[in-house]
Amino acid sequence: MKIKWLIAGLIPLILLVGVLGWVLKNGAGVEQDPAAPIEVLNIERIKVTVSGFELNVSNTGPETLKISQVMVDDSVWDFTVSPSQTLERFDDGNIVINYPWVKGDPHLIKLITENGIITEGEVPVANLTPMPTWENFLNYGFIGFYVGIVPITLGLLWYPFMKRFKRKWINAILALTVGLLLFLFVGTLADGFEIGAEAPSVFQGNMVVIIGAVLTFLLLIGFDQYQQKKLESKGYSPYAIALLMATGIGLHNFGEGLAIGSSFALGEAALGTFLIIGFTLHNITEGIGIAAPLLKSKPRFRDFVLLGLIAGAPAILGTWFGGFVFSPIWGALFLGIGAGAILQVIFVITKMLIEDHKKFKEPSVSWLNLSAFSAGMLIMYFTAFFVKF
Amino acid sequence: MDKEKEEQQKISRRDILKIGSVGAVGLAGSYFLNKVAPYTGTANASSHNNHKKNNGHANHANMTDNSKTSGYKMAERLLTEFDYGKVSTLPNGQTLRTYEVVAIDKEIEIAKGIKFPGWTYNGTIPGPTFRCTEGDMLRFNFINQGSHPHSIHFHGIHPPEMDGIEPIYPGQSFTYEFEAKPYGLQVYHCHVLPLARHIHKGLYGNFIIDPKTPRKPAKELNMVMNAYDLDLDGANEFYTVNGYAFAFMNHPIKIKKDELVRIYLSNLTEFDLLNSFHLHANYFTYYPTGRDDNPSQFTDTIMQCQGERGIVEVRFPYKGKYMFHAHVSEFAELGWMGFFEVE
Repeated sequence: MKIKWLIAGLIPLILLVGVLGWVLKNGAGVEQDPAAPIEVLNIERIKVTVSGFELNVSNTGPETLKISQVMVDDSVWDFTVSPSQTLERFDDGNIVINYPWVKGDPHLIKLITENGIITEGEVPVANLTPMPTWENFLNYGFIGFYVGIVPITLGLLWYPFMKRFKRKWINAILALTVGLLLFLFVGTLADGFEIGAEAPSVFQGNMVVIIGAVLTFLLLIGFDQYQQKKLESKGYSPYAIALLMATGIGLHNFGEGLAIGSSFALGEAALGTFLIIGFTLHNITEGIGIAAPLLKSKPRFRDFVLLGLIAGAPAILGTWFGGFVFSPIWGALFLGIGAGAILQVIFVITKMLIEDHKKFKEPSVSWLNLSAFSAGMLIMYFTAFFVKF
Repeated sequence: MDKEKEEQQKISRRDILKIGSVGAVGLAGSYFLNKVAPYTGTANASSHNNHKKNNGHANHANMTDNSKTSGYKMAERLLTEFDYGKVSTLPNGQTLRTYEVVAIDKEIEIAKGIKFPGWTYNGTIPGPTFRCTEGDMLRFNFINQGSHPHSIHFHGIHPPEMDGIEPIYPGQSFTYEFEAKPYGLQVYHCHVLPLARHIHKGLYGNFIIDPKTPRKPAKELNMVMNAYDLDLDGANEFYTVNGYAFAFMNHPIKIKKDELVRIYLSNLTEFDLLNSFHLHANYFTYYPTGRDDNPSQFTDTIMQCQGERGIVEVRFPYKGKYMFHAHVSEFAELGWMGFFEVE
């Protein structure tokens, strides 16, 4: 009986193998030769060094390819590739080009394969790529500190002020927080798509953002529900919400750190100071957001420190990552996770707001809440002017 | 109740000050940061000294390659090889030259390691340099073994039905027959539509009609200026002479001191209006269309439009290396650059 059952399972499998084998052997019935060679060479990172450029490349196409010539600014140039000029599928290579680049100028690098397929890489503004020295490491850490921890701490400082609010106003602040977070969610998602688009197409950057966001959202919801059930507590623990919020915002700030770090790495350092001021202003509101769910509870000082660190410190990690080891696909993944985490917080706070208003038989979308929500979005919109160019 | 009070007191004014001090450190630090941050614009990266030290190679050595690849060998062969055809005499005493020309699809190496899917006459880009004397009867047996219809359109004076504007289809053949005139340097190329594609793919070459009174003996060189557009965006990636980038830069053309050098120079560059020839540290005499009766120039730089051609005559008074290249810097740095080495 059992054998019969097993055979029933195996028959479709054997047939499938047969069909695949037949297609592999005889082709799909369409002409087999591709008209032009399919070669996909990806430039993952261009470092500007004292003596020229250093490119990290990978072959993400279906076939082996050979890098035969390199042009810089419409001029054929000598180069070396390690380990070899020939890259097999998914092989990585390191190209070194000695070139007298000009500080502040744009430079265009063309890699030409044996079959004449051209891959272009751009150095938008030539400037030495920061090397991972201790000094740079420290400087980057400082930048992350100013962008992440400082403004969030400043935002948290409003806590005693907000503490005196009545229930109606506390709910308004929560609505404001939902506004802030919705803006952050869309922004994080958009940044993720932007970075994901730069990743090699074989990795499907946009899908990575979506998968990261959806899975994080569902995972956090699941975890939340599991905890609720376990504790059998009534409603949500304010501290847990603040913690979740800090985590989501932390991942978002990781993305901001990434943006700052990689803009330095890409030589667009002139924007750096502006970005720091902008993000700092922008992030103060995040501190308010984190403090909002705590208004009905009695948090301890170390809770604030922990929340500030969880939300802010990832910015430091982000600047390091962006400055020294940035790769688009990792950026896309982290931003996707960040978006998912933020969405979950929006979900939880909204649910909490609705339930609270239901308890008191009030409409949850009151004029006050609507105004606060809009204000949250607008605050983010206008402070974002500092960081968008 | 007590406990609650205790917890509430945990956020005291002092604690707020503690948090505030983080902000103060922030303000102080931002002042400090401005001085040490890597974005202050003081990273003095690219002074000329640095480059000299680190590049470790001489000027005009952006493309070094000492290997004699198949592409280089083709360019070198075309430099000195002239196809005089199979010679016989017609009953009326006229010299008859018969040439075999086959159109072949062939992958050509146009720069070190770069393969170009070319359309060729007799397997090279440019095609062979046909040579004859004014008044000879010429017979070109053209066989199209390529994948597209092709033809040969010769510049010069001949009956219109021999002009090569009728396509000869793959597998078919045609014989172009006409008398060689006028003397000078002519070019030939395919004249099938779309024209730019057919010419750019490599179907062109030089065609020399010598005057009845022979020119002075000289070291004779054949140079066809051309270019390749790899991604078909209407802009060339490589500019070459005789089809291979930097051919005579890595392997200079050897010349003897004071020897007369005669260069048959033509421009068959597609997608760019003009090309030019510039010689360093010397002057040459330029005869447009290779005619002695045309007003000539004594100069070091000439330009040619597409299809234009002429003879360059020059002697080198000093030993050493003389550079020559397109005076459009972009073309030069993309492959159209070389040396004469005078011994």
